[in-house]
Amino acid sequence: MTDILRNRIVLVYTLFLLAASLSVFSLEDNSSKGLLSLLNIILIVVPLVSIIFSTIYVYNSAEFIELLVSQPLKRKTIWLSLFTGLSASLLVAFFIGAGIPVLIYQATMIGFTMIAVGSLLSIIFVAIAMLATVKTRDKAKGIGAAIMLWLYFSLLFDGLVLFLLFQFADYPMEKPMIAISALNPIDLSRILILLQLDVSAMMGYTGAVFKDFFGTYTGIGFSFATLILWIALPVWYSTRKFNTKDL
Amino acid sequence: MKPCFFIPALLFYTGVFAKTIHVGANQLYKNITSAVADAAAGDTLLVDAGHYREKNLIIKKSIVLRGLNYPVLDGENKYEIISVMANGVIIDGFRVVHSGISSLEDLSGIKIYDCKNVIVKNNLLEDTFFGIYSQNSTNCTIENNGLTATSKEEQQSGNGIHCWKSDSLRILGNKITGHRDGIYFEFVKNSIIWRNTSTKNIRYGLHFMFSNDDMYVSNVFSNNGSGVSVMFSNRIKMFSNYFEENWGDASHGILLKEISDGYMQGNYFARNTSAIYMEGANRIFMAYNTFANNGWALKIQASCMDVVLEHNNFTGNTFDVGTNGSLVQNTFNHNYWDKYEGYDLNKDKIGDVPYRPVSMYSMIVEKYPPAMILFRSFITSLLDKTEKILPSLTPENLKDNAPLMKKAF
Repeated sequence: MTDILRNRIVLVYTLFLLAASLSVFSLEDNSSKGLLSLLNIILIVVPLVSIIFSTIYVYNSAEFIELLVSQPLKRKTIWLSLFTGLSASLLVAFFIGAGIPVLIYQATMIGFTMIAVGSLLSIIFVAIAMLATVKTRDKAKGIGAAIMLWLYFSLLFDGLVLFLLFQFADYPMEKPMIAISALNPIDLSRILILLQLDVSAMMGYTGAVFKDFFGTYTGIGFSFATLILWIALPVWYSTRKFNTKDL
Repeated sequence: MKPCFFIPALLFYTGVFAKTIHVGANQLYKNITSAVADAAAGDTLLVDAGHYREKNLIIKKSIVLRGLNYPVLDGENKYEIISVMANGVIIDGFRVVHSGISSLEDLSGIKIYDCKNVIVKNNLLEDTFFGIYSQNSTNCTIENNGLTATSKEEQQSGNGIHCWKSDSLRILGNKITGHRDGIYFEFVKNSIIWRNTSTKNIRYGLHFMFSNDDMYVSNVFSNNGSGVSVMFSNRIKMFSNYFEENWGDASHGILLKEISDGYMQGNYFARNTSAIYMEGANRIFMAYNTFANNGWALKIQASCMDVVLEHNNFTGNTFDVGTNGSLVQNTFNHNYWDKYEGYDLNKDKIGDVPYRPVSMYSMIVEKYPPAMILFRSFITSLLDKTEKILPSLTPENLKDNAPLMKKAF
């Protein structure tokens, strides 16, 4: 893990996050607007860096992994420690880069939600990246898949949802929207923050449906459980794949 | 010098002939009804603290009714408690509780029938159907009363201060909570509503219908079922009021419907689902208002004409302006918008490019409310950005040509 932490890219990522979050908070005169800019960083940059960095890292250490596999170590242990190392280092990077500025400038419920959501997103995209690497052997293909996955989660999925919404405009779409949002960790994270940031606009009828669901403890519990499921499922599946993989 | 001589003489005159009558358990008069029966115009009734069940206390003489230490007048959930039917009556310092409920007769805590110069002040009204009711009255003052109702349903609850077909009223410093409408005005002219607090009412904090030439100043309206509603009235002036936390789809900080020649200045709108909703409003001038942290700061329907907005501050609103059509006959000028991203090359503190306060996404949400769930996602900001460069969905003319770079005040 210290090896990853010392990695130049992680250092640059930490510094970038730190610079970005400090500047948005000190540039804007009201810190809630800074929070908004930071939200975009968390929802776009954090998943991107997590997924790409993890993919490249796993491919680069393919030989090292092969070496480890030849040692008397369980494959499961190797794979899981790789996952833990990657996610822990990215978590530390995120926490130093974005968490500390948020705690300094905006130590409110919104700030805490943001840190929790950002941390979870970091781990989720490490898990997804590892799934992508275990599925493909070719490095270029794997990185391509990772980029496509990021693009899908941050842009294409929302486009599809918007399209669905227009198509089914005559039907009550509030409840299905809640279910659909669970299919995308980025959306789910965004909604969790949205409910606190735009509370007034969310108090309209539709918003109230969302608020009634996501605003309650069961709703928040459901959202976080879903996010954790988004970590657990890819990790479980990739571990199973790695166990039987011909290296 | 003559008038100066006359005024003390006049005071002396009333001092001699007006009696003071005491009412109470240890006094000559045990209840108020008998004391009122024996009183003459100009007398003062001092009522000791205690619990009085007077059924319906009808006052047909111009007398002063003053409670010492808030004596309780109990309507036993059956009667109208005080009915004022004479000019110049003063009712001061009572605790008026448990009026009857009737949808036929509008039973009230204190009702003023066709009178002039009546003063109702410093009373506490609890669990009354209608609180203080002014019917066809002129030049009356309703001051520093506290009105509390506990009904949960609109049908079981009347208005706090209900004024119908009256003229020149002064509604000052009252605190109203839990009624159907906090303050209700219908066919009331030339009146002022000043320093009242109207909160947690079931329907509106303030409700205006067909009332012209009124003014309301420095009131607080918060947490009401549907905010404040001003309809079908002309020449209303609204200064320095607070409209806060009116939440819900049909709830507005203030609803302006069929209003003409209004004037709004220095009002403060915070944390409402929509701060102002305008429909058929004409010639309204709005300046120096603050819109902070609302869902929509302004919903202005295409049926509004000649509404002018100048020097207002818009900060932290989710959407600044929402509208339902492309026709725009209103003027926005010199407002401060915190979402403005333009520049100011000549440093005159006015942005060089116009600001379009209607975002594409607010139009989409207006049409497809569930789309709200995608708000602030990458794709929606992308849509907003493209729309800013090439407006197609949003009304072309709805823009602030001279947005301010710094807050207007």
